[in-house]
Amino acid sequence: MDNFLSLFETYDVAGAFWVNIQLTFWAAIWSFILGTILALMRISPIASLQWFGAAYVNIFRNTPLTVIIAFGVLGLWGQLNVVLAEDFQVNFLRLAILGLSIYHAAFVCEAIRSGVNTVPLGQAEAARAIGLSFLPAARLIILPQALRGAVAPLGNVLIALTKNSTVAFAGSVIESSNLMKEMIEFRGDLVIPIFFIFAMGFVIIVVPIGLLTTWLSRKLAVAR
Amino acid sequence: MSAQQVLFDAPGPKGKRRILLGNIAGVLLVLGLLGYVVVALAAQGQFEAAKWTPFLEWRTWEFFILPGLLSTLKAAAVAVVTSIAFGLLFGIGRLSHIAPIRWVAGLVVEFLRAVPVLLMMIFLWLALAQVGFIDDPIFVAVVTALTLYNGSVIAELVRSGVHGLPKGQREAAMAIGMTPGKSLRSIEIPQALVAMLPAMVSQFVVILKDSALGYIIGYAELLQFSRRLGVGEGNLLQSLLIAAFIFILINFALSSAANKLSTLLSFRTGRKVKQTEDPELAAAAPVP
Repeated sequence: MDNFLSLFETYDVAGAFWVNIQLTFWAAIWSFILGTILALMRISPIASLQWFGAAYVNIFRNTPLTVIIAFGVLGLWGQLNVVLAEDFQVNFLRLAILGLSIYHAAFVCEAIRSGVNTVPLGQAEAARAIGLSFLPAARLIILPQALRGAVAPLGNVLIALTKNSTVAFAGSVIESSNLMKEMIEFRGDLVIPIFFIFAMGFVIIVVPIGLLTTWLSRKLAVAR
Repeated sequence: MSAQQVLFDAPGPKGKRRILLGNIAGVLLVLGLLGYVVVALAAQGQFEAAKWTPFLEWRTWEFFILPGLLSTLKAAAVAVVTSIAFGLLFGIGRLSHIAPIRWVAGLVVEFLRAVPVLLMMIFLWLALAQVGFIDDPIFVAVVTALTLYNGSVIAELVRSGVHGLPKGQREAAMAIGMTPGKSLRSIEIPQALVAMLPAMVSQFVVILKDSALGYIIGYAELLQFSRRLGVGEGNLLQSLLIAAFIFILINFALSSAANKLSTLLSFRTGRKVKQTEDPELAAAAPVP
């Protein structure tokens, strides 16, 4: 037991998880912004923007995240000399956030679009019938229902993003999966306990997000 | 409903003019963006012939890209088969009428779905290497980690597929004297499998994408080989782009197949399987 507790003294487990939380937080914000813009493009009546949104989603949804993150550090930084910060670690962190945001924006876009798709056509027709023009109809009738419908899929994207923040390992970021590898290599006698520390760490982060978004999506569900 | 139909009324002459103007602005915006990227890349000399000609040589394909693609496909194919087996086993476990089996299966599935695949992969790789009697711990670790995660997702698909069936199916099975287990195996699961087939094919895309995680633990797959090629030829950017392109091509084909299947099977299931309406189903939707 003393042996086990000494792990926490030697290694900064909480600090490693903090890096994952930072990655998740910033990537969540950026991918939400980018994903919303893409969703607006895809649902606009303008064909060229629709095409661009669809192309973006199809390209990045079908590329492995590992390739995108590796591209950030090997391609953007290594070949094109894109530097997002002077400090090496901060630079890698920001490149990883960039990669995570670009990848998950495709999923955010699809989540928002699926929310709009849950609104029945009759709602829009009724709104027009009572004389609401485009903006009031969108603001008062369609978007409130669409956003409620998008809560559950957006929650799933956030959960996936939290877990995928470990892939930043491929972008030379020192985070929890990286620390776990180091710990197992140095403490071969405690392989299973070390794995469970990290696995439970993710369970503790991910399960509440799942419960919260499921509860929220049920509470906000539009009764039809 | 399609989003355009909900948000926008059929445009009149004025609306059509506005859409045309918007379209022109949109085309200019997209072309401007692409042009900027092209100019920036050209300024860095990324379009030099020397960086692209290696891909015209058979040697490159023979020693780098095809062997890489082959190991990627090998890991993904094995993981697809084992994931389906795992998913069926635990999906049936979650539906069992014996409560302890249900709890254990539920606990295992929920745990595996919450843990990042990479974490499992690294753990399995180092643990198997330590145990020592397995020839190729890296490959086994990649396949096992993919199986544990995607198998759990498939288990959820099986469960939600069975829950999505009309109650009458089970009642009819009971009425002709089947036990709950027999009804599950002979009546409910076969129908659920048909309904969940499109979602399962989408999950194969996730398996193929996640097989690239093997790159991190040193599995010689497509990404790994592309990096070696790029380091050797000094064209990392181009090699990674080609690797990404191959991944996109295969995954796009798989996604299209899943969509086709969903339309083809809709007459058998009586409805297109929608994933966003029911939170239970949404939880099992194939997000990476």
